[in-house]
Amino acid sequence: MSFRRLLLAVTIAAVAAAGFYVGTPLSGQQQPAAYRPPRLPDGHPDLNGIWQALNTANYDIQTHVARPAMQLRPGPYGPVPAASVLALGAVGAVPPGLGIVENDEIPYKPEALAQKKKNQDSWTTLDPEVKCYLPGIPRAHYMPYPFQILQSTKAIFFAYEYAGATRNIYLKDPGPAPVDSWMGQSVGKWEGDTLVIDVTGFNDQTWFDRAGNFHSEQLHVVERFTRTSADHLRYEATIEDPQTFTRAWKISMPLYRRIEPNAQLMDFKCVEFVEELIYGPYRKNPLPR
Amino acid sequence: MRTHQLTSALVLAVIASWSASIIGQGSAGQSVRPRAAASTTIARTPDGQPDLQGLYDVATLTPLERPAAFGNTLSLTDEQARKLEQAVADRKERLALPSDGNRAAPPVGGDGSTGAAGNVGGYNNFWIDNGTQYVTVDGQKRTSIIVDPANGRVPALLPEATKRNAARLLQTTSDEQESSDPGLERAANAYDDPERRPLGERCLLGFGSTSGPPALPVLYNNLHQIVQTRNTVMIINEMNHDVRVVRIGGQHLAPTVRKWMGDSIGRWEGDTLVIDTTNFTDKTRFRGSSENLHVVERISRIDDKTLLYRFTVEDPTTWATPWTGEYTWPVTDEQMFEYACHEANYALGNILRGARQRDRESAAKRSENR
Repeated sequence: MSFRRLLLAVTIAAVAAAGFYVGTPLSGQQQPAAYRPPRLPDGHPDLNGIWQALNTANYDIQTHVARPAMQLRPGPYGPVPAASVLALGAVGAVPPGLGIVENDEIPYKPEALAQKKKNQDSWTTLDPEVKCYLPGIPRAHYMPYPFQILQSTKAIFFAYEYAGATRNIYLKDPGPAPVDSWMGQSVGKWEGDTLVIDVTGFNDQTWFDRAGNFHSEQLHVVERFTRTSADHLRYEATIEDPQTFTRAWKISMPLYRRIEPNAQLMDFKCVEFVEELIYGPYRKNPLPR
Repeated sequence: MRTHQLTSALVLAVIASWSASIIGQGSAGQSVRPRAAASTTIARTPDGQPDLQGLYDVATLTPLERPAAFGNTLSLTDEQARKLEQAVADRKERLALPSDGNRAAPPVGGDGSTGAAGNVGGYNNFWIDNGTQYVTVDGQKRTSIIVDPANGRVPALLPEATKRNAARLLQTTSDEQESSDPGLERAANAYDDPERRPLGERCLLGFGSTSGPPALPVLYNNLHQIVQTRNTVMIINEMNHDVRVVRIGGQHLAPTVRKWMGDSIGRWEGDTLVIDTTNFTDKTRFRGSSENLHVVERISRIDDKTLLYRFTVEDPTTWATPWTGEYTWPVTDEQMFEYACHEANYALGNILRGARQRDRESAAKRSENR
């Protein structure tokens, strides 16, 4: 008996060792290039699908522990939820996250850092997401809503569930953006199997998260979308804005395919949902506040 | 934000009045026949389907409903079309002239004109981009987008629909207010709450069914883009960046899921894309319809620069018969702009604040008279 057991154990160990050798990359690197994605007839990787981030970056793109609420006020023993969000209780808490910023540092100029803190303190009144405004780039990709990439051999288009935001990716540069906009002007090109999108022409109204991280109209974002498996995209964005930051900085995260067989964008026209907030005081008979 | 109170109905009225003076002998009403696409010559996607992709500007002088002066006449003669188009061009040129710096102020309450460029606070010529030509289908300039019924008009509302819509006067308002019955604007309580204002004014959808379905030409921002993948066809309209992702070969969502622009599934019938849309919200209310609205769109390629867009609308709780329209989508080399409507919607707040100011003034007047 004991011999048979020993034999079994040895066999298992041998199989496990063999498996280890076969299954584990020797140098431990994580090269997305190893994956060969399905392609469109033009030879470019097929990015079509419905994608969504699975992180808490929309609360705060930097590493953060859980907080009692998105807007706080001093309490007798430390911060407590501000009156405007108190009723939400635990539902209104900020879940923790490891952040998406490279080296976890956003290189604000001193005066911009002060503005960031002001933004955070007045989150409910200042965050454009609260008013259902268009989200801008890169924020649209890590909000808690899916988005769809529609890619053909002639066009690439992004449709976002949140606020019905959209952007066409120009595959031929139309020149400088004729006017500033919330979603910017996007020009795409392929670098190998990576879709690189250069986004300019922003206004200064969008934020990066619910923690007050912001930018000016000099924002310039270069995004990189790379398929790393059947159901994953790697998303990277380099952010520069000489008016707000001392140098360019980078965010990155995986994006996950919504694999439900009936996955599709649904309506999230939040404009209707903020009418009471924005226009409620001008009703003939305003509701009590 | 541009105020969205001006209506295609008003524009239509202007066109009708020009038409009445120009129309002489119309060409006979033509029957609408199915068209066979020249299937071998049109551009195709790598999957072999007709390639409908591109950016289109659907602005046209042809109104949805035919001015009564044209009766059952579907097409304009070349001479009529030339005169009408010239009249519009002349009018626009006149309005584009520099204003007289010494002109008097407009009279209090407006100059009495009801056109889009008239009255105080209305759009001037700068804003209006409703095309320069009538739609040409089968080589003929069209008097209306509607081709069935023969009079080119939306069928009369059923009594139950009229009753339902009258009840709505006391509830929220919708697209119907701007597009079909300016009288609704005078309804009691029309300015009491944001929910009473038209969808366009609230930035929930562009006015005049620009997003559709059915997608109709409006006063400005008439661009549509189509992107076609293996299993979807995406249609976006410029105002207000509303996307429909049509699932080819898909099944409709459960009836409990309602969408502002309905739920669209598609199929190919030969070289025609057929889009079937149901599951509308009860707030969409295309021209007084209910949530039972059912729209079938047929999009086909006429040539490398033009699509034919044909649609049939039915709602047995609103109209006794379905009705059908068609017009062309010509390709454009313009750029689509971001129509960020809600983000700068000063109009809706100001309209409501104005109404509250009026309330205060009339209350003050009442107490004076007491």
